[in-house]
Amino acid sequence: MNNDYWKANISLIVKCLAVWFVVSYMFGIVLVDVLNTIRLGGYKLGFWFAQQGSIYTFVILVFYYAKSMNKIDEEFNVHEK
Amino acid sequence: MDLQALTFLFVGITFAIYIGIAFWAKATTTSEFYVAGGGIHPIANGMATAADWMSAASFISMAGLIAFYGYGGSVFLMGWTGGYVLLAMLLAPYLRKHGSFTVPEFISDRYYSKAARVVAVICLIIASVTYVIGQMKGIGVAFSRFLEVDYETGLVTGMVIVAFYAVMGGMKGITYTQIAQYVIMIIAYTIPAVFISFMLTGNPIPQLGLGSEMADGTYLLDKLDQVVAGLGFSEYTTQARLSSTNMFVYTLSLMIGTAGLPHVIMRFFTVSSVKAARESAGWALVFIALLYTTAPAVAAMARLNLMTTIDQPTQAQNLAYVDRPSWFKNWEKTGLLKFKDKNGDGLIQYTGNKSNTPKTTKVDGKDIVLLPNEMVKVDRDIMVLANPEIAGLPNWVIAIVAAGGLAAALSTAAGLLLAIASSISHDLLKGVWKPNISEKEELNYSRLSMIGAILVAGYYGFNPPDFAAGTVALAFGLAASSIFPALMMGIFSKKMNKEGAIAGMLSGIGITLLYVFQHKGIMFVKSTSFLGDMDPNWFLGIEPNAFGAIGACVNFAVAFFVMSRTKKVPQGVEKMVENIRIPAAN
Repeated sequence: MNNDYWKANISLIVKCLAVWFVVSYMFGIVLVDVLNTIRLGGYKLGFWFAQQGSIYTFVILVFYYAKSMNKIDEEFNVHEK
Repeated sequence: MDLQALTFLFVGITFAIYIGIAFWAKATTTSEFYVAGGGIHPIANGMATAADWMSAASFISMAGLIAFYGYGGSVFLMGWTGGYVLLAMLLAPYLRKHGSFTVPEFISDRYYSKAARVVAVICLIIASVTYVIGQMKGIGVAFSRFLEVDYETGLVTGMVIVAFYAVMGGMKGITYTQIAQYVIMIIAYTIPAVFISFMLTGNPIPQLGLGSEMADGTYLLDKLDQVVAGLGFSEYTTQARLSSTNMFVYTLSLMIGTAGLPHVIMRFFTVSSVKAARESAGWALVFIALLYTTAPAVAAMARLNLMTTIDQPTQAQNLAYVDRPSWFKNWEKTGLLKFKDKNGDGLIQYTGNKSNTPKTTKVDGKDIVLLPNEMVKVDRDIMVLANPEIAGLPNWVIAIVAAGGLAAALSTAAGLLLAIASSISHDLLKGVWKPNISEKEELNYSRLSMIGAILVAGYYGFNPPDFAAGTVALAFGLAASSIFPALMMGIFSKKMNKEGAIAGMLSGIGITLLYVFQHKGIMFVKSTSFLGDMDPNWFLGIEPNAFGAIGACVNFAVAFFVMSRTKKVPQGVEKMVENIRIPAAN
């Protein structure tokens, strides 16, 4: 039971860190030249991810993780009382 | 009122607030002194964490770095925010669950070893002391520049203020002061950005203004690219920092380092529950992101304003030195801005041509002649501070920026000093040497060690070692290569034993120190660097500042290798790890 709870947590972390990796390291650094051919208003897209988009995504990720963990805590009945 | 009087007024008001909080939030128990009693609201803690985290470097230097590195400056933006994702998912909730007062205390409990605790304390003190030296210098410089008192007077004033609220209130006083400091900082940072964004693009939101059109219909970033490229500098939105590999590793090092810095981790011991710790990390990141997404706009707009003020499309229209504006004269006095009339025409040429003779380059297929650059020094650190003056903003805006810069330096210094003081009084004294002292005695000792830490930091503030700039790399390197892996393995591996953890920490620090010292000199004494500070000698082209991530990998590898060859963890450790993973378990 506690094992399943931990597995649920790990799989959520892996999903979140995959997004974390893609928006910063892939979109912001490795693929930046490719994305820069696309434009977002006055921004080149790769540049936007490196200096704006990745940070917004990080904020969303942390809140998404906190919210999902609250649900998982309740589901496995391990939440703080 | 003139600028001087306004600055004194604003700085004076903010200091009165800090002292008022010191009297109101006096700590009476060790729990209040170390973790503010453990009852801080997640949003309040998030705000305090943001102030704790954003130092004079974030406030003053970062936008200046980005202004000159362009796209290459993204490593700081991503690195210093992405670490909070790691912190929120990999460390904060579990460390809060464990309920210790300090980071070394967790390491000592988890690895059932006083030796591990001492190693952790050493890493923590080296990382925090190197970091706090930079803050003390920032306080002295900010005072001397804005209030026109000398550096020493400024430093002593700053030390007395910090001593007042940190010694009296401990974490409790620091937390409430940091909340006030965050508010002052963010107002000071955004007001000039909003003004300048509106002036340049008509859009008052800097994050949107950066992607908007200017009055002439071209996009701001395109215009900036054209202007800098036309003067022979690298194109703003595409100039990389050395190589993609280097940017990748640099970003990773800053992220891991951020998550491993003890004064940041400690903040998550102050909230009331595991749930609150997770949420609080999100709020901290929101408050940090407010400044960090504004910074690229400040950077690009400051660079554009600077360039277009000085160097015009044709040489004859360039700014004449005798007509230079007052901000130019003010910064010349500090020596951070220098002009040398190389061709004797009395006009200022600001180009990317570093030689003394004109040279021809191709821009958009056309040959253009670049005259030698005559702005022989433009210190990056002046960008944020000079920005409001360059844009011609009113004096009260400049005065607020001064108060914001001081708030940034003071809040980070206080957090670091508490991390140092608590590791001495709680980890070394109570944990190792004198386990039997009463709570009241421990509280007195923690106040004494706080005073000691302030005096040591002050000493280095008066005698700043030449290596002050290089030490930030060391602080991040140590946090990334020793503290982060030890904490993470302690939570995510039930089998990691003390032998593995200690060997990992020592080898992680060892290799990071070796790499930094071999390129930057032993203890940063240049002549003792035995491999030279240049890229041909760098491992995979990675600069020493970016080596923490490699150190962390070495730490993990050595720890697991040593673990497989040594005794299994004693009974009870697995149970303890299970306990910290489950919010409700006890």
